[in-house]
Amino acid sequence: METIKVNNVTANDLPWKIIYDASRCTMCGSCVATCSFRAIKMKVERRRMVFSEGDFPDPKSRFSAVPVISQVDSIRDYCRGCGMCEKVCPNDAIRPERNPDTRHPIITRCMAGDSIKRGGRKNLEGSIRTLDSIRVGRISQMTDPSLDAQRHTFDLLAPFGRILPPGELPFSPSPNKKSELITNSTTPPVNWIYPVIIGDMSIGALSWRMWEAVAMATAYLNEECGIPVRMSSGEGGLPRRLLRSKYLKYMILQIASGHFGWNRIATSMPDMIEDPAGILIKIGQGAKPGDGGLLQAGKVAEHIQAIRGVPKTDLLSPPNHQGLYSIEESVQKMFLSMNAAFKFRVPVAIKVAASATSVSVFNNLVRDPYNIVGGFFLDGIDGGTGAAHEVSLDHTGHPIASKLRDCYLAAVSQGRQGQIPLWAAGGLGKTGDLAADAFKMICLGANGVFSGKLILQMAGCVGNDMGRCNACNTGLCPVGITTQESPLVRRLDPEKVAQNIVNYFLAMDQEFKKLMAPIGNSSLPVGRADALISTDQAIAERLQIQHVC
Amino acid sequence: MCRIGAIKSLDYVHPSIALKLMRSQQEGHDNSGFAMVMQNLGGIFEPYKHLPTLSMACTDNGIKIAENILHEVGFRRTVQWSPQVNDWPGLDISAMPHYVFETFNYPYAYENLGKKEKQELLLDTRLRLREALEGNEEGFVYSFWPDVITLKEIGDPHDIGTYFNLWEVDDRFTAKVITAQCRQNTNYDIVRYAAHPFHLQGYTVLANGENTFYLKNKEFQQGLHRGYIGFESDSQCFLYTLHYVHRQLGWPLPYYKHVVTPLPFEQIEEREDKKQLLSMRQSLTHLEINGPNTIIGMLPDNTLFTCCDAKKLRPVVIGHDDKMVVISSEICGVNEVLPDRDWETDIYPNERETIAINDKLEVQRWKQ
Repeated sequence: METIKVNNVTANDLPWKIIYDASRCTMCGSCVATCSFRAIKMKVERRRMVFSEGDFPDPKSRFSAVPVISQVDSIRDYCRGCGMCEKVCPNDAIRPERNPDTRHPIITRCMAGDSIKRGGRKNLEGSIRTLDSIRVGRISQMTDPSLDAQRHTFDLLAPFGRILPPGELPFSPSPNKKSELITNSTTPPVNWIYPVIIGDMSIGALSWRMWEAVAMATAYLNEECGIPVRMSSGEGGLPRRLLRSKYLKYMILQIASGHFGWNRIATSMPDMIEDPAGILIKIGQGAKPGDGGLLQAGKVAEHIQAIRGVPKTDLLSPPNHQGLYSIEESVQKMFLSMNAAFKFRVPVAIKVAASATSVSVFNNLVRDPYNIVGGFFLDGIDGGTGAAHEVSLDHTGHPIASKLRDCYLAAVSQGRQGQIPLWAAGGLGKTGDLAADAFKMICLGANGVFSGKLILQMAGCVGNDMGRCNACNTGLCPVGITTQESPLVRRLDPEKVAQNIVNYFLAMDQEFKKLMAPIGNSSLPVGRADALISTDQAIAERLQIQHVC
Repeated sequence: MCRIGAIKSLDYVHPSIALKLMRSQQEGHDNSGFAMVMQNLGGIFEPYKHLPTLSMACTDNGIKIAENILHEVGFRRTVQWSPQVNDWPGLDISAMPHYVFETFNYPYAYENLGKKEKQELLLDTRLRLREALEGNEEGFVYSFWPDVITLKEIGDPHDIGTYFNLWEVDDRFTAKVITAQCRQNTNYDIVRYAAHPFHLQGYTVLANGENTFYLKNKEFQQGLHRGYIGFESDSQCFLYTLHYVHRQLGWPLPYYKHVVTPLPFEQIEEREDKKQLLSMRQSLTHLEINGPNTIIGMLPDNTLFTCCDAKKLRPVVIGHDDKMVVISSEICGVNEVLPDRDWETDIYPNERETIAINDKLEVQRWKQ
């Protein structure tokens, strides 16, 4: 029996195996040059070859040194299954294959003594998604006719900003004409925007080309298509040129516990010619609730250092806002200072991770007598992220559908529905169909939704929820989306990405109308749970919608 | 689809005219009931316009329960009128044993109180009566308000007219405004409360169509006011919104249209009053209606109005002569009541109009 070292890492311990066919390989080297993870290498193998020369079979064998491609056996430079090698191979000689017998989760922890970090979404095997058991089942017919998605007009807008109860509107009869009302004092700012916000991905998490592509798509959708989509900056600031441009009005500025980028935003304020669309105070996010942002030093390139005003180091946003003791205090301190910063012209909203306690947080905000909080962004467990500890990604968090519904019904029970607009996220559009997911969430009570991961997929992200790629944290994104490495970033064509995003939104806009028309609604059916049915009794009961079978 | 109609006249008219108005439209629907609200009353009720009249259908026991409650609160009966019914065999009517139209003096404690206190007392008393009679279906209390009478019954409208002797014109039972409808609820259970017109504190509304924002409206309204109850029909939401906007918030009537069918955002942006309109759309977004609807409403000051959904998916026409204005789902209704009018002056309101008729019979068209 041969003595071997079983604790050495080998390819069959890793999550992906490289399947390589030497007979098809022309040794062009493209795969090795393409692999951003350095998970494959060229090497020379000693191989026996049987051959025959002459007119009659006369087999002979010889040994020769043959150059081949082989997998790197390393827990650092391991194959992520991104498939770039397969993409570039001219001869179909190489591809990654999922290894169901991987020991990666165990050996990585054993060897590194550190928790596993990655990007992407929750990767645990899930059951059928809640939203997939729900249909829009209340179809208008006969006495209540469907509308015509092509012919009729639809109001596809959602509020961002605090909405006063009707009794508090500062109206009085006009002194000139008694049958008209005038407004006596200021009311909180509200922007009516498209019900899908492009959400919360920072410069830093994204490559400059990717971030620019998203910003370009946002501007194009507004300026050329008349679709008022807003983009949240994520925590990481904005380029000064954008802060001083007219396009700032399409941006929602995010502030999180690291306050990254806010020095530059604050010093640009005197030069701003437009107000931003809103401010989003991030308390938590669904993909890694209770955990702060994580940008590893490898991604803190020179321009990131400049925008954020930091040295090249790991950038960790603390899990909470230092110095805030309670919701009441946060309302008083952060919301007030953010409102005051833009002289109460810009709505200020909050983003929190969905949690068993979300309704309490929401109640605190909706009962705030100063009407300061202008939006409740609720982020569920299926949301994506650039980097997080795997244990947080897979094992912490709360699904979005029931929690959003709970918050809406909490507002209904107090007669306060609509006063703080509800925005939901967390795995929406996971199956590629954001219009359907968003529409169902709106019927459950959301005013709108926000989406990040799907935007990356529009750009060409190859990651999925079964462990493919998910390497956003490494700074080695093979498609140039979540990296600051120049050669990788240049793989991404920002104009093509912007075009993809614009086209997706145009398609989604049509699909929204195709969903609104059959239920006979020309404005968004916020809270119209009677339009939904579910084939799952437990889901139907939990969400208070009709069960069908 | 329901057919709805309303008559506003300079002179007192008998409800037979409302029956005629509705009968001519009967081909389009199933004739499953008749309901009407009469306001600005003539005949035997004319001297008591300032005193509340109770409209109720009930059993023997229901009468006792109601009388006990009214007595306990301190109301003192002034006039009582029960229609002489023709209980002939073969009539298609699910009649209640008693129909009560009684006018009361306010309790002594309230005599010197203001209008508002009296109005709240009337509502509270009606709600209490309704609750007390609801259990075993001992009775149905439709309205309890000065100068207003409500009659609702299940059956064939013609037979209901015969049963209550409404075909025979007299000058004892008349009004200057009558709204009527000839169909029971078809969407939900057939219950008497589900038949419009609906009445609340001087406001009356009837509607034909379907309010697809029923759930949104209902969830919002049920916390707004103690009088917003029942919701047996999606059309009740229109009444509660009218009551809320015009009475509770005190906004002028033209804003009702802005609440139920707000202008598209891009049109609001072009308006001088965009601040008000946008605030309304925001704060009352849950009172917006969708789906096909025509609404006819009556205010406490006898103003009659009509408006439609934002896509004008239900018809309505207004015809008039010097002494009468008629609102009807179909033109045949107007033709029946006002055959000699100048039909060129008929109004077919568009989706952005409110038509309002005041006590001088001036017809105003307000563009939203």
